[in-house]
Amino acid sequence: MLYETSPLAIAIFSVFVLSVIGLSFFLGRKGQSAQGYYAAHGEIHWFVNGIAFAGDYLSAASFLGICGMIAFYGYDGFLYSIGFLAGWVVALFVIAEPIKRLGKFTFADALDSQFNSPGIKLAVATSTLVVSIFYLIPQMVGAGDLISPLLGLPHTAGVVLVGVSVTLIVVTAGMVSTTWVQFIKGSLLVFFCGVLTVMILNRGLIVNAGGDAGVELKPQVKTICPDGMRLIDGEPQSKTHDLRPVGTIKSLPARYAGQASTGPLGPLAYLSAIEDSTIVTWSSKKHTDVQGVHTTYSPVERSGKDLLKPGGYFKGLTTGTLSDKLDFASLMLALFCGTASLPHILIRYYTVKDQAAARKSTVVGIAVIGAFYVLTLYLGLGAMVSGALDPTSSNMAAPLLAKTFSTTLFAIISAIAFTTVLGTVSGLIMAGSGAVAHDLVENYFQIPLSDHEKVRCGKIAAVGLGIVAMVLGVAFRNFNVSFLVGWAFNIAASANLPALVMLLFWPRTTKQGITAAVSVGMVSSLTWILLSADTFEKVYGWSREASIVPFSQPGLVTIPLGFVVLIVVSFLSPRPTQRTG
Amino acid sequence: MSHAKPNDPNLSPGSARIGLVLFVMYVLLYAGLIGIVLFRPELLSTRPFGGVNLAIAYGMGLIGAAFLLAIVYMIACRMVEGSPASRQAASSGGVRKKQHRD
Repeated sequence: MLYETSPLAIAIFSVFVLSVIGLSFFLGRKGQSAQGYYAAHGEIHWFVNGIAFAGDYLSAASFLGICGMIAFYGYDGFLYSIGFLAGWVVALFVIAEPIKRLGKFTFADALDSQFNSPGIKLAVATSTLVVSIFYLIPQMVGAGDLISPLLGLPHTAGVVLVGVSVTLIVVTAGMVSTTWVQFIKGSLLVFFCGVLTVMILNRGLIVNAGGDAGVELKPQVKTICPDGMRLIDGEPQSKTHDLRPVGTIKSLPARYAGQASTGPLGPLAYLSAIEDSTIVTWSSKKHTDVQGVHTTYSPVERSGKDLLKPGGYFKGLTTGTLSDKLDFASLMLALFCGTASLPHILIRYYTVKDQAAARKSTVVGIAVIGAFYVLTLYLGLGAMVSGALDPTSSNMAAPLLAKTFSTTLFAIISAIAFTTVLGTVSGLIMAGSGAVAHDLVENYFQIPLSDHEKVRCGKIAAVGLGIVAMVLGVAFRNFNVSFLVGWAFNIAASANLPALVMLLFWPRTTKQGITAAVSVGMVSSLTWILLSADTFEKVYGWSREASIVPFSQPGLVTIPLGFVVLIVVSFLSPRPTQRTG
Repeated sequence: MSHAKPNDPNLSPGSARIGLVLFVMYVLLYAGLIGIVLFRPELLSTRPFGGVNLAIAYGMGLIGAAFLLAIVYMIACRMVEGSPASRQAASSGGVRKKQHRD
C-alpha cells in the first residue's frame, strides 16, 4: 500500500532525535573515564536501569513484529511474547547477580574472571561481535523499511539517519547517554502502547470496521511487472487506486445479536468476545508468469476460536511432523535461553552499583517488559479487526491501527517505532565497542592503554561499528531479515549460556572448557542455521527439501552441545587449582 | 551462607539457592505450556476459567508468574541478606575470595 507522509511524524521524530543528541552532548561535556564510558560509573539508579532494560530489549521486532504477527496469524505471535519474557527469568534468577559481581565492563570479564585466559577473551569477544552484528542488521534494515512509508524518505536515508544519530549518542557519553536514551524510549513505548490499548478496549468490537462502506470482501491482486511497474487488479497503483485495507469482524458473538458494535469492553471480555466472533483474515498466494509476479490476497473467514490457539503461524503444530514440532520446541528454548546471553543486555548490569541494584533493576525490567507483552496481544488483536491492515506488510499493523483513532496518534506511534530502533542499536554498538576496545585491544592483544586512551579506543570502535551497521543496513535492504533476530538468540544462547551457567555452578569448569564451549556453540549454531531449510528457502532461494538439517532452529541441539563440550573438555584438561580452596 | 560450597566462590550467599528454586518452578510452568502446545493442543481451546481459553490464560499466567516470582525473590533475598548469619557468611566469603588473589 502507498502511505501519506506525515509531517507531524517527522516533527515528533526530529524533536526526539535532536533532544536525545542534545542530552548526550550535555552528559558528555565533562571529561570521561573508562568507568564512565563503559559502565556509566556504576551510578545509574536501579529503577532507571530497569526501564532502560525495556528500552534496550524491546526492539522493532518486539514492537512491530509481534503486533503484526498477532494481527495476521493470531495467538502464535503471543507465543513469541511469552518466550521473550520468559528469558528474563533466567536473567534474574541465574545470571544477574553473578554477572554484576564477576565482571567490570563486559561479559568476557565475567567469564574470564577466574582464569585470565586469552582464549576465553578472544572467543567471548568474537561471539559478542557476531551476536551484536546479527542483531544490528534487522534493526538497521527495519529503520530503512519504516522510513519510506512513515516519513517519505528513501531507505538509505533511514539507515543513515539511525546510524549517525546512534553513533553520536554513543560517542558523546557512552553508556550514560545510551542508558538515558533507552530509558526515554522504554517509557514512551510502554506508555503509548498502554494508551492505545485503552482506546482499543473503549472502542470494543465493531462489525465490518473501516469506514462507511466497510471492507470489500473480494480478492485483490498486486502485480510487479518486469520493468518494476506495480499494478493493482491490472491497473497502475496510485493513491486513488491502491490495495484496500483489510481485517474485519464478520459477526459478533450471539450475546450481541442485532448489534453492530459491542461498545466498551473490559480486558478479559474483549478477549472472550474475539474468541466468539467470526473474523475475516487475508491469505496471500504468489505466482509468476511473463507479465510479472502476481500476489493474490484473498479473504478467509475464520472463527475467533481458531485464531486464539496455536497453529496460525507455526503451521507444523497442527498438521506437521516430528521435525516441525522439534523446530517449535527449539525456538522456544532459544528464546528462553537467549535473552540472558545477549551482550547488550548483559553490559547493562555494570551500570548499577551492586548486586541488589542489579536484582531490583531486573525486577523492574520484568514488570515493564511483561506489561508491554500483554499490551502487544491487545494491539495485535485490535489491528486484526480494525479494518486498516495492509495485506502486504504485517510490520505496519501497529501504526495503521493507531491511524484508525487519529492521525496524531499515528504520528506518535510512527515516531516511537523509530526511537525503538535508536534505543536497541545504541545498546548493540555499546556492547560491540566494549568487546573491541576492552576485550580485544586491551586484554587479548595486551596493548597498554591509559584510561583516556581506553575511552578513545572505545569511541573509535563505536564509530567503526556505526559505519558497519549502516553499510549492512543498506546491503541487506532486499533481504528477508525478520528471522535474523531469531538467529541472534540462537547463537547467543548456544555460545554464551552453557559457559556462564557451568562457570557458576560447576567448580570443575576449566578455561579450556569455556573457550571450547563458546567457540563450538557459536560455530555449530551458525553452521546449522546456514544449512537449515528456512535459510535455503528464504536466503538462497533453494528448495527446502535440499536442506541437510532436520529442523531450522538449532537451539535444541546446539545449546546442550555447548554443555557437553564444556564438560568433556574440562575433564580432559588440568583441574583448575586457583578455583578451589 | 553455610549451604554454599566452600570450593565455589561464585555462589552468592543465600540468594543463589532461592533463585534456583524459583527458576526451576518457572521452567516447569514454561515447559508445561510448550508440552500442551506440542502434545495436547486441543486442551488450549477449552475455557477452564469461564471467559478466556486456556491458551490465553496460560500465556497471561506465565507473564504474571514471572513478575510474581520476581517479587518473591526480591523479598526472600532481602530477608536472607538481612540475617546476621548471612552477613557473617558474606564477610567470610570476601576473605576467601581475597585469599585466591593472594
